[in-house]
Amino acid sequence: MDKNMKILVVDDFSTMRRIIKNLLRDLGFNNTQEADDGKTALPMLRNGDFDFVITDWNMPGMTGLELLKEIRGDEKLKSMPVLMVTAEAKRDQIVEAAQAGVNGYIIKPFTAATLKEKTEKIFERLEG
Amino acid sequence: MAFDDDKRSSEYKERLHSMLQALEAGDETVFNRELDELTHIREKELFVEVGKLTRELHDALKSFRLDFRLAELAEKEMPDARDRLNYVVEMTEKAAHTTLETVERLLPEAETLGSGAQTLSADWQRFMRREMDADQFRELAHRLQPFLTATGERAESLRGGLTEILMAQEYQDITGQIISRVITLVQELEEGMVDLLKMAGGAQLKSEGDAAVKDKDKAKRDDQKGHGPAMPDAKGGDVAQGQDEVDDLLSSLGF
Repeated sequence: MDKNMKILVVDDFSTMRRIIKNLLRDLGFNNTQEADDGKTALPMLRNGDFDFVITDWNMPGMTGLELLKEIRGDEKLKSMPVLMVTAEAKRDQIVEAAQAGVNGYIIKPFTAATLKEKTEKIFERLEG
Repeated sequence: MAFDDDKRSSEYKERLHSMLQALEAGDETVFNRELDELTHIREKELFVEVGKLTRELHDALKSFRLDFRLAELAEKEMPDARDRLNYVVEMTEKAAHTTLETVERLLPEAETLGSGAQTLSADWQRFMRREMDADQFRELAHRLQPFLTATGERAESLRGGLTEILMAQEYQDITGQIISRVITLVQELEEGMVDLLKMAGGAQLKSEGDAAVKDKDKAKRDDQKGHGPAMPDAKGGDVAQGQDEVDDLLSSLGF
């Protein structure tokens, strides 16, 4: 896993973005940027050279699920790995995210170990 | 107006009959007694009527009080509750940021402390194994003093930071109290609404089938928009109870 990869953290709560950024830094990832919902994230992804997206589901403007669908429908972005970190825990929703092509799904509240494990698993699968 | 009560009419008849008899017989005592009885029956009727009116007045006052309370809840206390809850959001956010700021400041200090100790420890072990000449030892001794001083200062800074984090938790007391008050308010509102429904004649909700369709539509909409955090004690098989259940579900889907 490339520790210099560029990661976009999308969450409407600045505290949650900050926590995720700190956890990522602890895991050795320092190249992170933030967006507060899908609407802000999408142009950033289209114009930037991001390698990985970590997104919440429930956000004003554009939800994480809508963002995921936009990414999968975009010629340039469609193979971008997306990890969902959300409080949404209904089985139907998890299935829906899986069908929309999510690469990992973490429910809040979560631990640093879970974030590490899921992130590693995503890149293991991509590289393997 | 017709007599609505046979008992009452026969009572009147009886009294009038004996009054007529007493009048014909010239018995004034009996006539007066029967006249009193007749008046008494009339009074009793009035009393019942006054009782009925009193009850109606009481109910009207009660519903007026309820109307008044509901209006007060809607006009004053709900907006007030909204402000209070906004304050809770504000306070919790501020506390989280204070904590995060302090942690972000302290983490590099702890890292510096750790790596400094590691370097010195390695050098110290070289000295213990007598792998160090006099010049190297002198250099080590020179590094030791500033490290110890800096460690003392860093420990002080860590202690200060931890106290800041401790103090940032005081929001829980205040937000807890505010939320409890809002819960009481919502409860009161709920009771008021139920009373209002009952008073409006207990009007039945629309057909249950109708309600079920609406529930289904809402559930679908919420699935897209998101439901917000699930409560820890939320029962029911449609909500995953933890990361393990999410992982199981995903692996069953071939993840």
